[in-house]
Amino acid sequence: MNRPATSHGTTVLYSAHGEEAKPCADALQDVPIEAPVVKRSVLRRFASRFSVLGLIGFTIIVFWLGVAFIGPLVAPYKGGAVTSTEIFGPSSGAHWLGTDYLGRDMLSRVLYGTQYTVGLALASAVLASSIGTFFGLVAAVSGRWVDEILSRLFDALISIPSKVLALVVVAAFGSSVPVLIMVAALAYIPGAFRISRSLAVNLMTLEYVQVARARGERLFYIARVEVLPNMIHPMLADFGLRFVFIVLLLSGLSFLGLGVQPPNADWGSLVRENIGGLSEGAPAVLMPAVAIATLTVGVNLLIDSLRRHGARAHGGGQ
Amino acid sequence: MSMIEVKGLRVVAGSAPEAVVEIVKSVDFSVEKGEVLALIGESGSGKTTIALSLLGHARGGCSIAGGSVKIGGIEVLALDEKGRRALRARKVAYVAQSASAGFNPARTIMDQVIEPALLHKLMSPAAARAKAIELFRSLALPAPETIGSRYPHQVSGGQLQRLMAAMALITDPAVVVFDEPTTALDVTTQIEVLVAFKKVIRELGTTAVYVSHDLAVVAQMADRIVVLNGGKVRENGATAQVLDAPVDDYTRQLLAATRHPDPEPVTSALQAPAPLLEIRHLSAGYGRIGPNGMPAVRVLDDVSLKIARGSALGVIGESGSGKTTLARVVAGLVDRASGEVLLDGKPLPAKLSERTLEQYRRVQIVFQNADTALNPSRTIADILARPMGFYHGLRGAAATKRMLELLDLVKLPAAVAKRQPGGLSGGQKQRVNLARALAAKPELILCDEVTSALDTVVGAAILELLGELRRELGVSYMFISHDISTVRSICDEVMVLYAGQCVEAGQRDTLSAPPYHPYTGLLVDSVPALRPGWLDTRRAMTSGALPAMGAPSDSDQLCSFRSRCPARIDGKCNVTPPPMTKLASGGEIRCHHPADELIRMQAVEAVTP
Repeated sequence: MNRPATSHGTTVLYSAHGEEAKPCADALQDVPIEAPVVKRSVLRRFASRFSVLGLIGFTIIVFWLGVAFIGPLVAPYKGGAVTSTEIFGPSSGAHWLGTDYLGRDMLSRVLYGTQYTVGLALASAVLASSIGTFFGLVAAVSGRWVDEILSRLFDALISIPSKVLALVVVAAFGSSVPVLIMVAALAYIPGAFRISRSLAVNLMTLEYVQVARARGERLFYIARVEVLPNMIHPMLADFGLRFVFIVLLLSGLSFLGLGVQPPNADWGSLVRENIGGLSEGAPAVLMPAVAIATLTVGVNLLIDSLRRHGARAHGGGQ
Repeated sequence: MSMIEVKGLRVVAGSAPEAVVEIVKSVDFSVEKGEVLALIGESGSGKTTIALSLLGHARGGCSIAGGSVKIGGIEVLALDEKGRRALRARKVAYVAQSASAGFNPARTIMDQVIEPALLHKLMSPAAARAKAIELFRSLALPAPETIGSRYPHQVSGGQLQRLMAAMALITDPAVVVFDEPTTALDVTTQIEVLVAFKKVIRELGTTAVYVSHDLAVVAQMADRIVVLNGGKVRENGATAQVLDAPVDDYTRQLLAATRHPDPEPVTSALQAPAPLLEIRHLSAGYGRIGPNGMPAVRVLDDVSLKIARGSALGVIGESGSGKTTLARVVAGLVDRASGEVLLDGKPLPAKLSERTLEQYRRVQIVFQNADTALNPSRTIADILARPMGFYHGLRGAAATKRMLELLDLVKLPAAVAKRQPGGLSGGQKQRVNLARALAAKPELILCDEVTSALDTVVGAAILELLGELRRELGVSYMFISHDISTVRSICDEVMVLYAGQCVEAGQRDTLSAPPYHPYTGLLVDSVPALRPGWLDTRRAMTSGALPAMGAPSDSDQLCSFRSRCPARIDGKCNVTPPPMTKLASGGEIRCHHPADELIRMQAVEAVTP
C-alpha cells in the first residue's frame, strides 16, 4: 500500500509549539534528504488529503481564527459601547445580530469575544498537549522509576475533577487570562500524558526502536526520531479533542461568571449575560451559542478526517 | 462431473473510476470429487483470492469481475447473499492460516466448533457435540472427549489448527479450502497437523483445495498442483509430473529455490586463534530475579559457543527454544543472569549503556520482521544515513555515495532511497534492513529469522546475498532459524537449542548424517521432502509410543527433551543430567546414548523408507 507523505503543514505547525523543536546537537546531521517534489501545488496536495467534511471543518476553523485576529478591526462598533435603546432587539440593518441586554451591538460583541474564546482555548490546548506529550515520551523512554513517578503524579492530578479544580483556583486567585490558560492546561495535561505514554510504550517495543537501542543511540534521539514522528498523528487528533473540551470548560466557567471578566466577554459569558433573552428567542443569546457550536463541530470534523488519515498511515506502516 | 469447476475467473482490485488492477487473470481449473488440489505461488500470486472466490467472497476493495465458479453444479457467482450463506453452510468450508486469530478467546472450543452447525440449524446441539468429538478423534487430538471444554489459549498452536479444521468439517462440507494452514507452525508441529488433515480428508472423502507457498508440503497433500504467478496459471498437472517433470520455467525456478544448493566448503585455514565472539556458560531469562540470581523464567541455560572471524554459526530450534533471546543478549537488549560474552577476546558489557561506540558498531542485529524493523515515517535514505553518521561521521556527499554503494551491494535500485518503507515489498524491506546493518561496517551480524517471513524465491535470493556479502566483506553471522535447510545452506557450524539448552553443536555436516541428538533427528526428519508419499512413510515410522519412563529426580539439569524423546532410557534420562559427548566429527551431543548407538538407531530409521 502506498502511504501518502506525512503532512508537512500540520507537523511543522505542531512542533513549532512543542518542546521538541528545541535546537539540538543531532539536528544538523538529521536533515532529511527531501525529495524536491514537495513544492508542487502544495494547496492541491493539502486539499486532496482531507475528505469533504474535513475541508469544511478546516474552513470553519480558518474562518474563526481569522475573526479572532481581525474581528476587532472590522467590528461596526466598539465592543463595550451601548449603541441602541432597544434591548434584545431583533436583527436589523444597523445591528445585524440584534442587540444585547444593555443595547450593545451583538455582532461586535461576538467579534470581540472570538479572540478570548479561540485564543485562550488554543493557548491552553497547545500547552496541555505539548506538555502531556513531552512527559509521556519521557516516561516511556526512560527507565522504570521515572515512568512510575511521572505516572503516579499525573494519576493524582487526574483524580481531581477538572471543573471543581478550575473553580477553586479561579476563586482563590481571581480571574485573569493567564490564570484561565493555566487552569485549563493543567486540567487537560494528564489526559494527554496518558495517551502519549501509551502510544510511546507501544512504539518502544517495535523492532526499529530495538535496533536503534542496539546501535547505541541516546534516549533523546530515540524519542525524537524513532518514536515522536510515529505518534504525532494520534496526538494531533487528541489535540483537537482537547481544544474542544477546553472551549467548553472556558465557556462553562464564563457562564458561571468566573471566566473572562466584564466588560470583556468571551462567547460563554455572552450566553450567560443574555440568558434573559432566551424566552424571547433573541439572537443575542442564540448567536454566541451558535458560534460555540460551529467552532466545536468544525474542529471535530477536521480531527475526524485527520484521525482517519492517521489510521491509514499506521496501517500502511505495519 | 467435476466437484469444482472454475472457468475464466477474473478478480480486480479498485472500483471502476480509479485504476483497476487485475489480481486474478482468467484462471481455469477443475477438481474431481474426493481430489485434493493445491494452489501454489508466492505472496501476491492471487492464490488466496482464488480460494476465497470459491466461497463467493472477495476481500474488501476487490471484486469478482467475470468468469464462472461452479461447485457441485451450482454457479457460486450467480448466488445472492442468502444463497451464498447457504452455500457456506453446507457446501464449502474455509480453514484460515492463523488459527489463534480465528478463535474467540472468551468461549470454549466446543461452543465454537459446533457453532456453524447450530447457526445454520443443521443438527441438534447434542448431535453436533457427538460429531465434534468424533472429528477430534479422527484429527488425532489428545483427550477428544474433554478437549472441547478448554479455552483456545489452553491448547497448542498445532492443536488449534486442527480444531479449526474440525470447525470447518462439522457441517460435512463437500469442499474444504485450506489457506496456508501450517505456514505459521514449527516443522515438528506441522507434521502432526499434516498427518491429521490427510487422514481426515481421506476418511471423509472430502474434496479439498490446499493453498500454500511450500512445494514440499503440497507434495504430501495434493493429487494435483496448480502453480500460480501474477494471477495466472503457470502450470496445472498431477503432483508427480509437476515435481519431477515441470513444464513451466517458473515452476522450475520454484523448485530450484526449494532445493537449497549445498554451499562450497569454506576454507578453514584463515581462522584466527581468538574467535570473534565467544559465549561462556550464558544463562538469561525474564521475570523477577530469584535468590539464586536466576530469573523466574529461564530461557537460556548454560549456553556456550564460539564464532570464528568470517564464519557463520547457525542456531536452530523450535519456537520457544530461546534462540531469539540469545541474539538479544548478545546485542545487549536482554540482560544476562550469568555467564560471559567476549567480543574479540574482550568482555562485552551486559548493559547497553556500558558499551563503547566501537562495541556497538561491531555487533549489528537484523530482525525477522522487516515491516516493524524500519521506521515507517523516515525515508530509506534517512534510515541508512543514520548509522553512517553515527559511527563513522559520514555526512553530505560522502554519505550519499556510501548509501548508493550499500543499495548497490544489496541489489536495490538507487530510486528506492527517496521512498518510505511502506512503499517497498517484503523482500526489498529485508534488503534495506540488511543494508542498515552493513552501513555500520560491522564484524558480526545477528540474523534473527531473516528469511522466515519471505517467500521461497525471495528468501533464497536473500540467502544468496548473505553468502556473497560474507565472501566480499568477511563479516561473521549468527544465523538464527527454525529451518534446517536454510541453516545448512549458509552456515559453517550449527548449534541446536532445545528449551534454552544446547543439545548439539558441530560442523554443518553434523546435520547431513547421523549421529544426531534425538531432537536434532526429529527436526531433520520433520522437514518435508520434495516427493509424494514422504509423509506416509514418515508417519509409519513415528507412530510408535514413547518408551515408558518413571518420575524425574530433583536435579534441574536433566535433559529437557526427555518428555518427547523416542530414545529415552528409564532410570537414566529421568535421574541423571546427560553429559556432553564429543563425537568423532568434532561435534558435541548432550545425550546419554553413545554416538555409535545413535548411529545404529538413526541408520535403521533412514533405511526404512
